[in-house]
Amino acid sequence: MLEKSLKGNLGYWAWVLFLLGIIGVGVICYIVQYNYGLGATGMSRDVTWGIYISQFTFLVGVAAGGLMLVLPYYLHHYKDFGRITILGEFMAIAAVAMCMLFIMADLGQPMRALNVIFHPTPNSMLFYDMIVLSGYLFLNVVCGWVVLHSEYQGIKYPKWVKPFIYISIPWAVSIHTVTAFLYCGLPGRHFWLTAILAPRFLASAFAAGPCLLMVIALIMKRTTKFDIGRVAQDKLVTIIGYAALLNFFFLGCEIFVAYYSTIPGHMHTLDYLYFGLTDHATGQVYNNLVPFMLASVVMGFAGIGLIFVSRALKSDQLLALSCILIFVSFWIDKGLGLVLGGFVPNGLEQITEYYPTFVELGITAGIWATGFFIITVLYKIAISVKLENEKTA
Amino acid sequence: MYNKGTIIPGLIIFVVLMLFAIFNNAGKKIEAPKVEKPVGYKECVKPVQYMKESHMELLNVWRDEVIREGKREQVEAGGVLYEKSLQNGCMHCHTNKTKFCDVCHTFASVYPYCWDCHVAPQEDLALKEAR
Amino acid sequence: MDSSRRKFLKIAGISAVAGIGAPSALNMLMKKEVQASSDGGGHGAQPDAHGAPAGHGAAPTGKRYGMVIDAVKFHDNPGLAEKCIEACHTYFNVPDFGNKKDEIKWLWQVPFTNAFPTDESHYKKDDRTHGMQFLVTCNHCDNPPCVRACPTKATFKNADGIIMMDFHRCIGCRFCMAACPYGSRSFNWRDPRGSKDGVPFIKKINPEFPTRMRGVVEKCSFCDLRVKKGLQPLCVEATGDTKAMVFGDLNDPNSEISQVLKARFTIQRKPSLGTMPSVFYII
Repeated sequence: MLEKSLKGNLGYWAWVLFLLGIIGVGVICYIVQYNYGLGATGMSRDVTWGIYISQFTFLVGVAAGGLMLVLPYYLHHYKDFGRITILGEFMAIAAVAMCMLFIMADLGQPMRALNVIFHPTPNSMLFYDMIVLSGYLFLNVVCGWVVLHSEYQGIKYPKWVKPFIYISIPWAVSIHTVTAFLYCGLPGRHFWLTAILAPRFLASAFAAGPCLLMVIALIMKRTTKFDIGRVAQDKLVTIIGYAALLNFFFLGCEIFVAYYSTIPGHMHTLDYLYFGLTDHATGQVYNNLVPFMLASVVMGFAGIGLIFVSRALKSDQLLALSCILIFVSFWIDKGLGLVLGGFVPNGLEQITEYYPTFVELGITAGIWATGFFIITVLYKIAISVKLENEKTA
Repeated sequence: MYNKGTIIPGLIIFVVLMLFAIFNNAGKKIEAPKVEKPVGYKECVKPVQYMKESHMELLNVWRDEVIREGKREQVEAGGVLYEKSLQNGCMHCHTNKTKFCDVCHTFASVYPYCWDCHVAPQEDLALKEAR
Repeated sequence: MDSSRRKFLKIAGISAVAGIGAPSALNMLMKKEVQASSDGGGHGAQPDAHGAPAGHGAAPTGKRYGMVIDAVKFHDNPGLAEKCIEACHTYFNVPDFGNKKDEIKWLWQVPFTNAFPTDESHYKKDDRTHGMQFLVTCNHCDNPPCVRACPTKATFKNADGIIMMDFHRCIGCRFCMAACPYGSRSFNWRDPRGSKDGVPFIKKINPEFPTRMRGVVEKCSFCDLRVKKGLQPLCVEATGDTKAMVFGDLNDPNSEISQVLKARFTIQRKPSLGTMPSVFYII
């Protein structure tokens, strides 16, 4: 089946080469970071996690978001999702692979990463995160590959995969829940210390994951003969729309709790993210994330509005635009604000702002390119198989 | 078999390349490294043969005992007590890292990261020179 | 064999396995529980336990080291705090990178607002307290969030209640730094043995103690290696006869520190978080 990825037109190869180029840049940047240490990034004593861990957090969401494409088909026998479940599973594979790469990029001693297994520590949430992430990767590789391979051979998938498919559904919820638990179980980090963090993560995941898939599906609709179908598209709009609305509802709950209770610790980070936080000792205002966070809110609401309009108008362009808006909005919210904001102010109520370095951005781009490379190859295989089957059928 | 013409020569080239190191060094006389032994000390904390083979294991055991279990009691060798410590124990007698540790490690192509943190006697001076 | 018999055997087999495994598993859990409670109460204990004569939590066993820092004495002895920091940082080869981003510190000074952010009152701003500097360091909590977070047990609580760092095992994930509510931990963002413009980050390497390598977390160790030998931590030693710092066993009612805690009103940093710090302040 892999040979399907070796046959493609000029556009396909140009895209693959482009991705490989960015991966190359990422590798060079990583060598720089490896030789110098993590000081090559913009992280500091006060902001100890930067863009790597925030990308990791966001991408766990994208991986979990694949659930929204698998669940209706396998659990509710919703036949119109028959063409996209495999895309959901393959997207999850790429997203989890990116997550693992971001973790590796963030380790100060990557050569000792296996210490997590040699010295298992069940009281650490990272221990569980390792288990659920590698488990989810395994489940999606098995389910996705076996189901597609059966289709390739023109037979129904074997019975033994069924349990794995069913396990993968709650497992998707677990990966994002455990990732939220990394943050929300830490005393003294008020911004993260909220029981609603896991639900908030899941809501944004169930919107962002399908959004990415939708954009890719619309691109494929243009460039290949593969069309997921109007019915599936419309259903996805419902899923994305409601999940995105839920995300903002949860965000609203956070804002209410902070500003109605007016407990300083609860307001500080929200102040920093949305309005700018003043250091009372010096009078300086820190607000480097404010434009991003405000853009996130505006883009999120605009996207939600437009996505329902696009369905009414049956406009693919508008649909793509609204999906991009929502995806970027949630990427800012979770892939920037959530992790970086949690460190401002620090435990001594001092403020340090974080700016990523070029090396850091290079590695980040390289890992994203790796993810897109995996998606490209896997999707190429999937749609080749699907299109071939339909031709013979 | 498909592509017999390329696969078999390819395999042969691969095997030859892999075995090159053996051909190249066959029959050559290679001398074992000579380590400089500490002057004035007769006995180590363990028999010489054990130390030759398993000093790294002993160091790992000491490391865990000292840091993790708080067992900092001293060890005895030839009637003298030593600290369970690389830089304050072993290097008390084996004062020359280059002529004791490195000679063998380099010969065997092993590069332990002990010295990324631990300070060998006089190494602080060597470090200063390097800077 | 008919299906009902097969089913019966299956269930019997599974319950046998479970029956053998469960008690030992339960046992393990219980043991852990017991250990946790003797460690100072775990999650259930009240954070206000520091008022009790025994120091911390219920049924203390073994040693539990703690420290009292008399901020008033430090205020009255200018330069004393700097002496303590110097003693600590030179012995433990703590590098000075000359910038805030790479900064590593085990013991340092901050104003009241930063040391006790939740204790600040809007109107009570007496000049003395707000003019004072407070030495802060690792609190060696009874219920340490960093130990809970560490995925490799590289940071752990030893038998004397000291929170230790095993630099050999640390993978540099910095989860402990996110977990610590006191900002007590530092990370080696770059090689501490390097230098800039010919000035080494570690001015003079102390051959008695290792340096660190890049990519690991470090922090105050309450001088565990000295304490084990019956010595006082270096910072305490540096205060000399001023009694600005008192170090000792909180579980021993006759220790000097227990006497001080009994006689004086002290505060801890962020006690409401339930971490139960072992560092106390006289203000």
